[in-house]
Amino acid sequence: MFRNQYDTDVTTWSPAGRLFQVEYAMEAVKQGSAAIGLRSRTHIVLGCVNKANSELSSHQKKIFKVDDHIGVAIAGLTADGRVLSRYMRNECINYSFTYESPLPVGRLVVQLADKAQVCTQRSWKRPYGVGLLVAGLDESGAHLYYNCPSGNYFEYQAFAIGSRSQAAKTYLERRFENFTDASRDDLVKDALMAIRETLQGETLESSVCTIAVVGVGEPFHILDQGSVQQMIDAFEIVGEQEGPAAEPDAAAGQDASAEPEPEQGAAAGEGVAPMDI
Amino acid sequence: MQFMASKQPENSLLGPESDSQRTLYPYVTGTSVVALKYKDGILMAADMGGSYGSTLRYKSVERMKPIGKHSLLGASGEISDFQEILHYLDELILYDNMWDDGNSLGPKEVHNYLTRVMYNRRNKFNPLWNSLVLGGVKNGQKYLGTVSMIGVNFEDNHVATGFGNHLARPILRQEWHENLSFEDGVRLLEKCMRVLLYRDRSAINKLQIAKITEEGSTISQPYSLKTYWEFSAFANPAQGAVGS
Repeated sequence: MFRNQYDTDVTTWSPAGRLFQVEYAMEAVKQGSAAIGLRSRTHIVLGCVNKANSELSSHQKKIFKVDDHIGVAIAGLTADGRVLSRYMRNECINYSFTYESPLPVGRLVVQLADKAQVCTQRSWKRPYGVGLLVAGLDESGAHLYYNCPSGNYFEYQAFAIGSRSQAAKTYLERRFENFTDASRDDLVKDALMAIRETLQGETLESSVCTIAVVGVGEPFHILDQGSVQQMIDAFEIVGEQEGPAAEPDAAAGQDASAEPEPEQGAAAGEGVAPMDI
Repeated sequence: MQFMASKQPENSLLGPESDSQRTLYPYVTGTSVVALKYKDGILMAADMGGSYGSTLRYKSVERMKPIGKHSLLGASGEISDFQEILHYLDELILYDNMWDDGNSLGPKEVHNYLTRVMYNRRNKFNPLWNSLVLGGVKNGQKYLGTVSMIGVNFEDNHVATGFGNHLARPILRQEWHENLSFEDGVRLLEKCMRVLLYRDRSAINKLQIAKITEEGSTISQPYSLKTYWEFSAFANPAQGAVGS
């Protein structure tokens, strides 16, 4: 995108009917480090890449627990993400207090989207520069939503946002048809594989990624680094095998991660990012 | 802060809002509501009387109303406050429906909402002068709860308000069991209502029984209970103690 005379204000339309400030906010999401989400009928897994600025610093928190049944992974301006997470936590806790019942995810994402929309229609505000993958459990099942800075939201079977997310999306597009009935552990393995795609050759280890799970009978929680490393080791050894039940192969001793074989015929629709102009 | 002392009642505990009015006593009141869980859902009974002090003034007051798809609300106490609560709940259900998603407020949610309303009003020293019974079924789960005007709330297999607590609950404790049939449930409720009719002076012999199940709610047409007044003590009341 190039600078033009219609991009100063969020309240200025371009002649082509675009709001450039909103689109620039979406760019900020694309520059953030990757976050992915995928769901089955009963579980949702969120994962993100955690890159620390230097060896000396800790990495940023990008996955937040919003309630026992809802969690969110963010990409973009993490400060904006924290603020929105706090808003979401507030909404959940207020609803729980009044109704003694968990807030349905579908309603939370609508409230979140409406909040984002406000910032696209006030001259004294700017859009939130963060994309949110909201994972939650409802009466109607497991849900994964993506909330845009534009105020749009979409429901997904699986999705990836942030830098080099296209690689993860390609992987997810190939595999998503297996997700609905996958077991919880297979879902986590698929999440790790998707994250590995975004690393483009770097070694996948638990220090660079964070995984969180929420599901039926399993409140939202972030997996500890030990368990994550164990799961990585379990399928790294296998390497080439791409079946859902990957057993550790005793004979293989590969440490380099190899590309999984591409499968045939995944539909294009589910994993494609919206509003990619 | 300024107090306009001449306008304030003696027992005021108000702050600056010297002209606010708050409920001090009820005027038109309904008496007991009794409810129990049975095999398919909840059964609730209440008579149709609205007393004006000691006068049994109104005799067609519907004290039970359906709320949304899944709940039934019965109330005793101030009738106008009950109507106010119905207005709040109407709005609540409206906004819930406006989401137009697959979710809906079940009886547990409505009960807790009412608890919040009642307790908050009590904290402002301006209560809604009611005792409420909230029953319903959602996704196969039966729910029966009660809230008082001071915000005391709990759930149970059978609940009652007012005199019902003293006269009906003991009967229910003896005779209620899980998976009552519809007929047995009605019989049990009628037994309770009959005792209340004999002994509660604000009860009238015109009642409705309401039922709520997964399919929905129905409120019966008003009817009356058969009573027996030929007990020998009634026939000859002065027998044991002749008056002067």
